[in-house]
Amino acid sequence: MEMPKVDPFILSRKDELVARLLTVLPDDGVIHADEELRAYECDALTAYRCPPLAAVLPRSTAEVSAVLKICHEMEIPVVPRGSGTSLAGGALPTADSVILGVARLTDVLETDYDDRIIRVQTGRTNLSVTGAVEADGFFYAPDPSSQLACAIAGNIAMNSGGAHCLKYGVTTNNLLGVTLVQMDGTVVEIGGGHMDAAGLDLLGVICGSEGQLGIVTEATLRILPKPEGARPVLIGFDSNEVAGACVADIIKAGILPVAIEFMDQIIIRITEDYAKAGYPDCEALLIVEVEGSEDEIDEQLALIKDIARRHNPVELRESGSEAESAAIWLGRKSAFGATGRVADYMCLDGTIPVSELPRVLRGIGDLSDKYGLRVGNVFHAGDGNMHPLIMYDANKPGDLELVEEMGAEILKLCVEVGGCLTGEHGVGIEKRDLMSHQFNPGDMEAQMRVKDVFDPKWLLNPGKVFPLASIAERGA
Amino acid sequence: MLTPGTEDELAEILRGANGPLSVRGGGTRHVPGAGEPLTTSGLRGITLYEPGALTLVAQAGTPMAEIEAALEAEGQRLPFEPMDHRGLTGREGTPTIGGAVALNASGSRRVQAGACRDSLIGVRFVDGSGTIVKNGGRVMKNVTGYDLVKLLAGSRGSLGVLTEVAFKVLPAAATQATLRLSGLPVAEAVRAMSAGLTSPFEVTAAAHDGQAGETLLRIEGMEGSVAYRTVELGHVLGDFGGAEVLDADASAAAWLRIRDAVPVAGAGDIWRVHCRPSQAAALVEAAAADAALLDWGGGLVWLRVPAGTDLRAALPAFDGHATRVTGTGPDALPPEPAALAALTSGIRDRFDPRGLFAGV
Repeated sequence: MEMPKVDPFILSRKDELVARLLTVLPDDGVIHADEELRAYECDALTAYRCPPLAAVLPRSTAEVSAVLKICHEMEIPVVPRGSGTSLAGGALPTADSVILGVARLTDVLETDYDDRIIRVQTGRTNLSVTGAVEADGFFYAPDPSSQLACAIAGNIAMNSGGAHCLKYGVTTNNLLGVTLVQMDGTVVEIGGGHMDAAGLDLLGVICGSEGQLGIVTEATLRILPKPEGARPVLIGFDSNEVAGACVADIIKAGILPVAIEFMDQIIIRITEDYAKAGYPDCEALLIVEVEGSEDEIDEQLALIKDIARRHNPVELRESGSEAESAAIWLGRKSAFGATGRVADYMCLDGTIPVSELPRVLRGIGDLSDKYGLRVGNVFHAGDGNMHPLIMYDANKPGDLELVEEMGAEILKLCVEVGGCLTGEHGVGIEKRDLMSHQFNPGDMEAQMRVKDVFDPKWLLNPGKVFPLASIAERGA
Repeated sequence: MLTPGTEDELAEILRGANGPLSVRGGGTRHVPGAGEPLTTSGLRGITLYEPGALTLVAQAGTPMAEIEAALEAEGQRLPFEPMDHRGLTGREGTPTIGGAVALNASGSRRVQAGACRDSLIGVRFVDGSGTIVKNGGRVMKNVTGYDLVKLLAGSRGSLGVLTEVAFKVLPAAATQATLRLSGLPVAEAVRAMSAGLTSPFEVTAAAHDGQAGETLLRIEGMEGSVAYRTVELGHVLGDFGGAEVLDADASAAAWLRIRDAVPVAGAGDIWRVHCRPSQAAALVEAAAADAALLDWGGGLVWLRVPAGTDLRAALPAFDGHATRVTGTGPDALPPEPAALAALTSGIRDRFDPRGLFAGV
C-alpha cells in the first residue's frame, strides 16, 4: 500500500517536537520512545504497520487544541485515533506523523432524560455510553460489533453502523452536536442538545469524514428509551435467492424489524462447528428480530412467519425464551471469531440494493472459484450492507495480494449494481484506490474542497480516503 | 423564468451565467434570493422506486404530491412527514421534493424518525461552477467518501442546484391514535410530552397547541399494537389529567394541522425556534408571543409575534437557534459565531466561486 512520502525534515525535528509537546502536556501524555510507539503502529487492519513519530494522549479539549497548534505550526501531520479498531486502516500512522489518541477523554459530561441526550468526551467506548444510561431504561442505538472497545470518536469519524440500523439509523442519525478542534487549534461548537443545528449541516459532513476535518473531543448523542422486549425468529432456506426474496417480502409487507441478518452455508457451518448454536445445515439462514411488548412481538412475528412459509423454509424457529433468543443470536455473534479460527480473513463492507442480493451472491461465488479462495457471507440483509469474508493464509506468500485483488473485484461489483464500496467501515487506506470506481473526478473534487476549508494544509489523517494521485496538488 | 429540462441543460445555464440566480423549486417555502429566476420544475419525475428495498429516487422538481401518491400506492411513506409551508407563507405554487431537501423541512415525526436529511441517502446537484456532482447513492448504509448529502440538505440552495434526490422510505403505519390532554400550562405540557417520549411505547409525535390548550401525543403501527400502546401511554400520562383518545381519522386530521403549523398562522411574523425541550417553556414565556405551538416534544417552538419584532433579543440565552419564517423583521437566519461563519463562507466560496447563489 502506497503511503504519502515521508518528510525527512520532519523526522529530523523529532526532539524539538517532543520538547514542545511536553510544554503543553504532562510527561505521561507524550509517547516518544520507539518501543512504546509500536503500540500505535496499526489498527485492526493489521496487514499494514508503521510506527508514528510520536503519540499524544490529551485529557481535555484545551490540550488537544494546544497539541494541534504546535503540529500546525511545525507542519507535522496528525493521525487521530479512537480505540484503534478500524478495519480500514483509518488510524494507520505515517513515520512522520503524530498519533493523537483520545483514550483518556472518557467522561460523561451531562445526561438529560427529559431532553433525551447524553454529552460525552469522545474517547468513551460505544458500549459504555449505553452503560451510563441503561439502568434508567435508555440506550445509545448505533451498535457496531466492536462496541465493547470502539470509541465514540472513531464512530463519528467513520459514521459507524451496526446490526440495528434498519430501525435506528447509524451514527450520523444519532449525533446532535460536537466540539471540534480544527488543525490550527481553533475550537468550534456545532449543534448541541437541540435537534437540527443551525446553518449548513457541518455536523453531517464531519460525521464520516474519517478524522480529516478535525478532532471531535465532545459529542452530544441522542439516547432512546429501551423497548419493552425483543425476540428473534430463525428461518433456514435451501437457496440464497429464496432467502433474498423473503427479505424483500417482509419489508414490502410493512413490517420494520430491528434487524434482518443473513448467513450463507459456509458461515453457518463454520460457526456451527465453533459455537454449536444448533443452526440447521442449509444454504441460507435469516435471523429476523422484532421489538415491542409480548403481544406486539407475536403480532409481527405471525406476519413474518406467514411470509416465510410461502417461501418453503427448511426451518422456522421462533424463540420461546431468553435462552432460545440467545441461542439464535449466538452463531451470528460468533461468526467473525469462528471464521478467524479456521483461517485468516479479509472482511469486506460493500452495500448493495437489496434487490441485487442474488446477483451479487452469485458473482461472489464465481470470483471465489476464479481465485480459489473461500468466501463466507454474513451481513445485514435489511439494509444491503454485505460482509463477505475472504479466507486465506497470511503466511502464504502472495495470498494477501490475491485477497486484495479479489476484494477489489467484489467491491467493484457492488458499485456496478448501484451500491457502494463501504457501508459502515469507512474508506481508510483499504478502499482509497477504489474511490475512482464510485466517483468521477468532479465528485471527488467537491469532497476535497470541504477538506480544503477545514484543513487547508492537508495535515489531518494523511493518505486516507482519496487516491494519492488525486491529492498531489492539495495543501500546498 | 429559466426552466432547464435536464441536468445537462442546467449545467450549461450555470456555466454560462454571469449574474446572480434566484433558484426555486415550487417557490412555496421561502423567498428565493435576488437574481434571474430559475426553477427546477422542469426536472420532474420519479427515477426509481423499489418498495422491497425501501428506496425512492426522484428528480428534484418532482411535486411532493406525486411522490406521496406513489408511496401511498405501495403502503409506504417518507419518514420525516414533510410540512406544506403554503398555509404559513401564503404562497401559491407546488411544493417539490427538492424544495423540502433544500430547507431540510421536517414535520412532526422528526422527533422519532429523524429529519429530512436523515432519510436522504443520495443527491445529484450542479454547483456554482456548472459541475455536476453526485454524492451518496441509493443504498441506506454508505460511508464512501465525505457525506455531502447532509451538507446539501438544508443548504437553501447556497451550494448548488439539486437535480436528483434519493430517500430511504418506510412502511406506512396501518393505523394511528392520538392521546389528547387539555388545559396544561406549557411547562406541564412539556413534562407530559417528555414522559411519553421517554416511555417504551414509541410516541411518533408530541405537540402542544397553546391556543387550543391541548397537548397531543401520537402512536402509529399495527392495529393490536396501537390499541395496546394507547392504553399503556394513557397510564404514563395519568399524572397529567385524563387523556382523551382520538381515533385514526381524528388523529390524522389533528396532525395535519400541527405539521403545517396552522395554529400559529395569522398576521405578524412567524418564527421557528429549535431548542432543548426543557427550555421551551421559558422561551415561550419570554417571547410573549401572540401564538405559540410546540412540536417535537418541545424541541421545536413556532411563535407568532407582531411584525418587525426582534425575537432573538427578547429570548434568554438557550441551546438552539431562531429562524424567521415569514415577515420582514430582522435577519431571517440565525447569526453564526466567527469560527463557524468562517467555515460556512469558505464552503460557499468553493462551491459557488462566482456568487451565483449569493442572494440566498
